Amino acid sequence: MTLAAVSLLLLQANLADLPSATRNPFTSPADLELGRKMYAGRCAGCHGPAGDGGKGANLALPTLSRAETDTSLYRVIRYGIPETEMPGHNMTQREIWQLAAFVRTLGGRTGADTITGDPARGAALFSGKGACQSCHLLNGKGGHLGPSLTDLGRRRSPAYIRSKVVDPAAEPLAGDFSTVRLKTKTGESVSGVLINQDTYSIQVRDNGTRLHSFWKQDLTQLDVERKTPMPAYGNKLTAQELNDLVALLARTPGEGQQ
Amino acid sequence: MKIAVMLLVSAAAFVASAQQPVTYDRILNAHKEPGNWLTYSGNYAGHRFSPLTAINDRNVASLKPLWSYQVNSLQKFEATPVVVDGIMYITEPPSHVTALDTRTGRPLWKYRRPMPDDVRVCCGQVNRGVAILDNVVYVGTIDSHLVALHATTGAVLWDVVVADYKTGHSITAAPLAVKDKIVVGIAGGEYGVRGFLDAYDAKTGKRAWRFWTIPGPGEPGHDSWKGDSWKTGSATTWVTGAFDPQTNLIYWGTGNPGPDWNGDVREGDNLYSDCLIAVDADTGKLKWYFQFTPHDVHDWDATEVPVLVEAEVRGTKRKLVLFPNRNAFYYVLDRTTGEFIAGRAYAKQTWATGLDDNGRPQRAPNTFPTLQGTAVWPSVSGANNWYSPSYSPSTGLLYVATRESGAVFYIGDAEYKEGEQFNGGGFRSVPNEEQWGAIRAFEPATGRVKWEHKLFSPPWSGVLSTAGNLLFGTTNEGQVFALHAATGKALWRYQTGGMGRSNPISYGVQGKQYVAVTMGNSLHCFGLE
Repeated sequence: MTLAAVSLLLLQANLADLPSATRNPFTSPADLELGRKMYAGRCAGCHGPAGDGGKGANLALPTLSRAETDTSLYRVIRYGIPETEMPGHNMTQREIWQLAAFVRTLGGRTGADTITGDPARGAALFSGKGACQSCHLLNGKGGHLGPSLTDLGRRRSPAYIRSKVVDPAAEPLAGDFSTVRLKTKTGESVSGVLINQDTYSIQVRDNGTRLHSFWKQDLTQLDVERKTPMPAYGNKLTAQELNDLVALLARTPGEGQQ
Repeated sequence: MKIAVMLLVSAAAFVASAQQPVTYDRILNAHKEPGNWLTYSGNYAGHRFSPLTAINDRNVASLKPLWSYQVNSLQKFEATPVVVDGIMYITEPPSHVTALDTRTGRPLWKYRRPMPDDVRVCCGQVNRGVAILDNVVYVGTIDSHLVALHATTGAVLWDVVVADYKTGHSITAAPLAVKDKIVVGIAGGEYGVRGFLDAYDAKTGKRAWRFWTIPGPGEPGHDSWKGDSWKTGSATTWVTGAFDPQTNLIYWGTGNPGPDWNGDVREGDNLYSDCLIAVDADTGKLKWYFQFTPHDVHDWDATEVPVLVEAEVRGTKRKLVLFPNRNAFYYVLDRTTGEFIAGRAYAKQTWATGLDDNGRPQRAPNTFPTLQGTAVWPSVSGANNWYSPSYSPSTGLLYVATRESGAVFYIGDAEYKEGEQFNGGGFRSVPNEEQWGAIRAFEPATGRVKWEHKLFSPPWSGVLSTAGNLLFGTTNEGQVFALHAATGKALWRYQTGGMGRSNPISYGVQGKQYVAVTMGNSLHCFGLE
């Protein structure tokens, strides 16, 4: 038998093992509780107790890029992801559905997370009073000092977005967003956003969005601070304005865009 | 179905008589043939030291990449090569073996093993290398087989089952060839397996002995497990050990108790998890053990490479085993008896207030995982990990790629189900912590730091020392570097573009010296030509 034939057989075996349901049939509170237990015992080691990542991928997201549908999430849990460290799991169909149901709650929109604002008014704030656009790109317009927010709604829940607008420094930033101030032996000074660094070198994007790279041995001063230059908007915006801005940013691409 | 593909072998490229069988005697005297790298750590003593001097502190600045070899996998490439008479044997993820011509980097043969799609591994389908004995290359596979391949052709000579992969067993470590046996460690510490160390007859593949790393009912140490928890207590053996022909003992580190972070279901010291075990090479009988972390609840394992040295302790020359542990303590033991001689913290740690006179840790309060999370140093990845240390007889120093980071540990439910992960919790990084690393040089018998070379991030790769006054290492960010072995001064570096996740080696062909290491998904060879 050839290798290809074996692969085909394995593939067929996989397909035969997929459930007929396309929507998760096990999502009751009792199912979620069983899913939570399975998650805490088997998944939290890599994905973190709150699902927000670690060694494994961040699952506390509104949309999982490899598992947008219930069937695709089932498939990922059952068979793993080839060429990654995500293994397959030889569980019963019911167990996989229960676990999948719990995983959906990690980043899902809860009742408290309902979007009540108006994205059109949010857009006016984004470019106007909030001045967000001076630093952030949204749908191709805006600045580059901060990260692009175009697909933020896919990556972050409304509650997360709201907390970051209200007080960006309250919780540690995701990733390694840091500001840099440095001086070289030849007298050049640069301040900006950290792009990358290693034992021997550092790469910086300055406030004029030019890119710089230095050997650390050529620097006389290097201050890297893991903090955001973004101001807190908690007391700059009214409750309604905040809702409107969150409504704009939590939208996923293609969702009601002009 | 095992496929060995015979590739081009040019008759002119090698002088057949130059490739002699790798006898036990040759491995025992590996230092007499410094051009070869005959076993995982370079010698049985776990030194990872090359006696070659052609590349040295005066000319290393001219070191250049000569060739690289890419693997066709995105899995982590963690292999340490073995080199015999101009031929390099490597493993590739998941459990492939390739023989390469050391001068050109061209493949000579390939053994390709199709994997079932339901193998169970915690941390990627990795493999750390082969063993060679006589004309046979041995590989442990991720589906828990031990396979013997003909060294000239890659043809399968035999293939035996070590354990059932469906229960979460796997093999990631390079086997160790000792006398007429092949010693094999098992992985599966996140699946609640019962750990063991095996030896197989090199000729036939018949199992010669098995040492269960968790004592069964009636055996000493069995009562260190509550109830039936011993059956799912892990204590695996997933990193290659060392061997001393004079004591006739094999020294091997053991892994975490299972479940990793929920110790409530396995009250007791949990022997022989997180231990160094010394077993008779002929029988597998336990001579002594030393437990570094009794009742581990941080998944620290004790799966480092033991380093065997002779050194003076309070005026007397002793046969020692050095063990810089993942739990952030450096241990010096007598390797004949297992007696604790010295120990001290060598990286930031908050879990113990110190070690008592017998080397047992004095636990700090409130350091166990909780539902809310408990911040503890070192992290789950430890102050050190599976990658290799190096001991240089030239400088008399032990070198360790040290990690400085903590983690927040959580407890979770721990319900065992065969073949499923059995973790009982999880971890995350400490918010806003600046993690870093360092290459540290230690006085062997005391663990005092002589020098350090700081690294931007906690490393995932071991080190190699050479008689040319050099210490080679790699970074997570892609550099291979050379330091002065006596002072730590940085002398050379090269950016490969791939993360370091293995151990460098050095070898020589026709009077020239080379350094080889895997980075990212490529193997890189460096030389002066």
